[in-house]
Amino acid sequence: MRSYTFRKMKDRIMVSLAYMALVVALIPLASILAETILRGLPAMNLSFFFEEIPPLGEPGGGIGPAIQGTLIVVALASVIGIPIGVFSGVYLAEFRQTRIATIVRFLNDVMTSVPSIVLGILGWALIVVAIGWSVLAGGVALAIMMIPIVTRTTEEAIKLVPMTIREAAIALGVPRWKTTMTVVLSSAKRGIATGILLSIARISGETAPLLLTILGSRFWFGGFTQPTAALPLAIFNFSQSPYYTYRAWGASLVLIFIILLINITVRYATREKYG
Amino acid sequence: MSYKIEIEDLNAWFGKKQVLQNITMKIKENVVTAIIGPSGCGKTTLIRCLNRMHEITPRARVTGRVLLDGEDIYGEGVDPVTVRRRIGMVFQKPNPFPMMSIYDNAAAGLKLNGISDKRRLDEMVEKSLKAAHLWDEVKAELGKSGASLSGGQQQRLCIARALAIEPEVLLMDEPTSALDPTAATKIEQLIRVLIEDYTVIIVTHNMQQAARVSDHTAFLYLGKLVEYGPTKDIFENPRSELTEKYITGEFG
Repeated sequence: MRSYTFRKMKDRIMVSLAYMALVVALIPLASILAETILRGLPAMNLSFFFEEIPPLGEPGGGIGPAIQGTLIVVALASVIGIPIGVFSGVYLAEFRQTRIATIVRFLNDVMTSVPSIVLGILGWALIVVAIGWSVLAGGVALAIMMIPIVTRTTEEAIKLVPMTIREAAIALGVPRWKTTMTVVLSSAKRGIATGILLSIARISGETAPLLLTILGSRFWFGGFTQPTAALPLAIFNFSQSPYYTYRAWGASLVLIFIILLINITVRYATREKYG
Repeated sequence: MSYKIEIEDLNAWFGKKQVLQNITMKIKENVVTAIIGPSGCGKTTLIRCLNRMHEITPRARVTGRVLLDGEDIYGEGVDPVTVRRRIGMVFQKPNPFPMMSIYDNAAAGLKLNGISDKRRLDEMVEKSLKAAHLWDEVKAELGKSGASLSGGQQQRLCIARALAIEPEVLLMDEPTSALDPTAATKIEQLIRVLIEDYTVIIVTHNMQQAARVSDHTAFLYLGKLVEYGPTKDIFENPRSELTEKYITGEFG
């Protein structure tokens, strides 16, 4: 009997410890959200979304170009990064025992932990030096950042697809590559979508690589070879201003909201048809 | 009666381990051939060699000849993909494609091989679901997920999926081992009907099932073919002492 009570007590202690850890982990998250909403809301009005960025220290204006710039740069990075990442992941999962796969997997893991400022320098050296500060350079830098994340999560998602599903397709006389591109990919699409989301969320908030590539601007998008504004840069600049720092909070709130929106959209688009 | 499949001196390996040794047997058309034997004797490997599924396992290897209508499926220049379209397969565990509807599962082989004509698909889906004795149970809900069906229905869906590409031979790897007795009986009855149009080769560890369902039986032990002949002879008059011991339940 004593050992039973003891066991029960241990169980309770462990559960409450786990619970406490959860609460502790949520505190910073909740406080960031609350702080951003509280301080950012006063900045919200229609012109905040649609007007050009005012010069430092001046009233009025908005963050229109920054929202536009972030959307364009992230979209460009996704267009370049997602196909490369997904196909690399497919390769690593389907040819997992080959020597080249082992090497690529290792390099990919190294890439994940390269500091983002280094990728900024890479984008600068590759493109800015040739054509100047530009949306293109920012897109490439962010794409390089998202590729390893997408690759790794795609590989893991595909590895989870049971062998029996592949065999079923192969036994129907479906060629191996077609089995992978249809049956396997569609079974793994949720996991892959999660990886893509993670990477988009990650690059949307990146500031360092953008500083070295798209430079920042107060005006609307002027072409892929021109500098542009972006939310993280706008947040940085606003926060340097002696007055009007609420704009930095407002821009942060918008950035968080955009990431949330992308998240919900992709979740909805890739939901299980038969849940 | 002609021979549909002739296996000549077939050997198979996983890495260094040899799992089939010098198998030679001739399989007749439009009959059910059962392959029995204790676990690990190579039954599954044997039928996976017949549609070249063995070789998709890493480090797996095959030697010997398998003639389908007199032509070696391991011959030079033979595409395994075309072999698999002529020799369909049903697996031990029902494995419908989880993200597809019942209709799409039945149509999968055709669709993935590039057939998109809606009328042709409708026709083949209905025909194969009827052939698998599943049509009446699912015709009202073809749009539902294949995974929502019961185990026995899922297995019949997998049979329909295999039949829809109109193979000549149907390989079945312990198709009822994951099913309850009622569902198993339905599949067994189905097999007897299927041989009007197909040649069926079934692997089973259930000797009663082999006796009920098959016309010919092969007994495999440790990768070797011990005895092969009409099912009646194997069960009533086995020539080999080993076969007798196995079917009387002394081992295995």
